[in-house]
Amino acid sequence: MAVFELFNYWVFAILLMIGFYAVIAKPNLIKKLIGLSLFQSAVFLLYISMGRVEGGTAPIFSDNAETALFSNPLPQVLILTAIVVGISTLALGLGIVVRIREEYGSIEENEIAEIDRR
Amino acid sequence: MDLFIDVLSWTLLTLGGLAVLVGGIGALRMPDLYTRMHAASVTDSLGAILVIAGIMLQAGLSLATIKLAAILLFLLLTSPTSSNALASAALLAGTKPLSERSDAEGES
Amino acid sequence: MTEIFGTFLLSLLVITAVAIVRTKNLFVAVMLMSIASLLIAAVFFLLDAADVALTEAAVGAGISTVLFLGALALTFERERPSATKRALPVIVTVIAALVVIYATFDKPRLGDPEAPVHRHVAPWYLEKTPEYVDIPNVVTAVLGTFRGYDTLGEVFVVFTAGIGVLFLLGYGRVTRSADEETEINVGLRHHLIPRTVGRLLIPFILLFGLYVQFHGEYGPGGGFQAGAIIAASMILYALLEGERHALDVLPQRLLLGLMAGGAILYTGVGILGMLLGGNFLDYSVLSDNPVAGQQLGIILIEAGVGITVTGTLLAIFHAFAARER
Repeated sequence: MAVFELFNYWVFAILLMIGFYAVIAKPNLIKKLIGLSLFQSAVFLLYISMGRVEGGTAPIFSDNAETALFSNPLPQVLILTAIVVGISTLALGLGIVVRIREEYGSIEENEIAEIDRR
Repeated sequence: MDLFIDVLSWTLLTLGGLAVLVGGIGALRMPDLYTRMHAASVTDSLGAILVIAGIMLQAGLSLATIKLAAILLFLLLTSPTSSNALASAALLAGTKPLSERSDAEGES
Repeated sequence: MTEIFGTFLLSLLVITAVAIVRTKNLFVAVMLMSIASLLIAAVFFLLDAADVALTEAAVGAGISTVLFLGALALTFERERPSATKRALPVIVTVIAALVVIYATFDKPRLGDPEAPVHRHVAPWYLEKTPEYVDIPNVVTAVLGTFRGYDTLGEVFVVFTAGIGVLFLLGYGRVTRSADEETEINVGLRHHLIPRTVGRLLIPFILLFGLYVQFHGEYGPGGGFQAGAIIAASMILYALLEGERHALDVLPQRLLLGLMAGGAILYTGVGILGMLLGGNFLDYSVLSDNPVAGQQLGIILIEAGVGITVTGTLLAIFHAFAARER
């Protein structure tokens, strides 16, 4: 059916924009980090959807499989790296948020700007 | 014989799906945190047993069946524990069960 | 049939994402985030990406939730409602979404074997893996050998994140109190059921982590997933027994050593390749038979990756958990 052909990509676009909205519109810093994490997950979905070959299986050679049709291993390698890098930056971002809380007493962006102005 | 195993596994899978559905509806419709948890735990115990038993029958006697049995064992160990931990945490946080609330307090 | 199931899971994912952004309670948002990670892991598995599904489940649904909860314990739990409702972010988001959806109409349909992404390098990898490396899992072969330099960079990124968090939040020393040995309120000691079941489970989780580490060549698995699983088992121990006992069992100095040791092991294998006459990160010279050399090299570097990821994730967790409020 026609809707299945591009559905993954539409979900990618919607998730991307939901995460993006959380980053730009929510003043809470942890909400922004959660939105960033959603944004990254949407990009992973895009790459893995691109790598699928219909009728193929996971790219693992096994003795009892005669099919020579595998899904593309290259996007999977890229996304494996990207997931781990994403969580590294998340950990660093959360460390910064904790320090901001200790210094300013708040994690809302407008309150922090207010305190900075004084 | 093959047909019998097939029909049996499909019956188990369907019953497992019904159990999960009942658990889900219960988790939505129950009035209180503790009764909701009680309903949702049906999913983890009865639903898990039926579904995994159905899949084990499909897999036959192979390595996959042993792995499924191990998964079932660990599921049955961990999900009641997490329900217990959740209920303890809710009690410690002060959420009262429905029968112990006075009429003056509202629902939480 | 799997397409219908995939569509269903993706719809659930969109609903969860909307709920994440709209809720005011950050604790609820973090829990929904872990559900979204699990849904995405299921979708990845349906799209034939078994390694990526395992990594997303272990790292996204497991470790990332723990990190968020650690940060939430040190900050606030609820979001302050914003006073002004502005229309500009919504307009920008909707326009950008429409532009991206318009762009997706140019893409080849899902699963098209003639798509451009399946030309060039990918068939070469699938064809040459049995010849050069001879391990069943092509993803591990590409990650370890053909794109080994990228993986080295990734190990260094993980290491840098660990050092960064340690700089920001301190080394994680917990002050000792006199009678903490027998104190019953430390960790979860007071609650018998989680404690007993947890202590029963920790050896099995460790065993599973080691299984995933060493079976990375034969099935889905590898260093990153194994590191996350082993770190999760140690985090469970820290939750059950209290922070001070966990730091006694695995002190921060040891975790720093693990963090650096994995990266040193990886780089050491690369330099060993140079010393034996090949290029940097050339595993063929590690043994008489080039194919056996490649397999030995992959085992060593996956061990390095697993060690670094374990050390880093544990060090970051202890940095959050031992920080005084």
